[in-house]
Amino acid sequence: MSDLAAEQRQQRFIQRFLDGVPHLSAVGINYRSHGADWAELEMPFAEQQLADPDYGIIASGAIFTLMDNAAGFSVHMALGEFMPIATIDLRIDYLRGPAPRATVVGRATCYRLTRQIAFVRGIAHDGDPDRPIANMAGTFIIPPRAFVQSVGVAK
Amino acid sequence: MTSMALARALRHERHGRLDMLPYARLLDLRFEQDDDEVRLIMPFSIGLVGAPGRLHGGAIAGLLEIAGLAAVIAAQAGSLADAERIPRLRPVTVTADFMREGTPVDTIAAAEVTRLGRRIINVSSRAWQFDRGRPIAMANINFLADWPDAESG
Repeated sequence: MSDLAAEQRQQRFIQRFLDGVPHLSAVGINYRSHGADWAELEMPFAEQQLADPDYGIIASGAIFTLMDNAAGFSVHMALGEFMPIATIDLRIDYLRGPAPRATVVGRATCYRLTRQIAFVRGIAHDGDPDRPIANMAGTFIIPPRAFVQSVGVAK
Repeated sequence: MTSMALARALRHERHGRLDMLPYARLLDLRFEQDDDEVRLIMPFSIGLVGAPGRLHGGAIAGLLEIAGLAAVIAAQAGSLADAERIPRLRPVTVTADFMREGTPVDTIAAAEVTRLGRRIINVSSRAWQFDRGRPIAMANINFLADWPDAESG
């Protein structure tokens, strides 16, 4: 019972945190789900994501934003708090185009965390995780804890 | 076709906007070009912000990708016999390195085509704010060109 309430509080906190990121709202990216070291965001189809309106093709840049943010979010989950982190590098392989007007889901896992570096990987899919549209790998830098002023604990 | 409209703008105008791409309109992208290169400008706006006071890395990567696309179109214009037959360009891999934070000012990007193959095109794209020699991000992008009369294989 109280576990459920705590989980709902945590979800509301994360939702508010993500709602406060202007570029996510501009592109149209929302919270979907999370776990101890992973996170999912979703991008329901919207006009401003299009590269080619004639074919309904979503810009790869919009998918990059989705994956970059899902990756950062998974690092926050692994850290257990929303401390400021920065992308060092992120590689995306675009395996195939998403279906026209599809909702794209970005899922990232922080599979290794050191004192200074977080390693992430993930996929984007348009409905079936077994048929990804993109593969992602990247790294983030974590600031030295002594200097961190955390913006909130995800608990 | 949108890529056609983009190619036409880059071929005939020295500067302008990239509103034919809705995603470029979201980033409010403009272009300017001289004989050497096409430069894209992403004016600062609140909608580009990720963490407080910083541009979102995804917006910077989006700018780098479209700068790469523009550079490929410009490079192809010089080598195509028939200017109306252009391929559809799709990024296959994008690897972005983020060197400095994007501050709340205008960002400029330009790309160099390192190899213009018929099917695979390798591009190096750079974004900067105050000093071109101090990029905020760079990306290696490999594009696949789909030709209208695409023979398979």
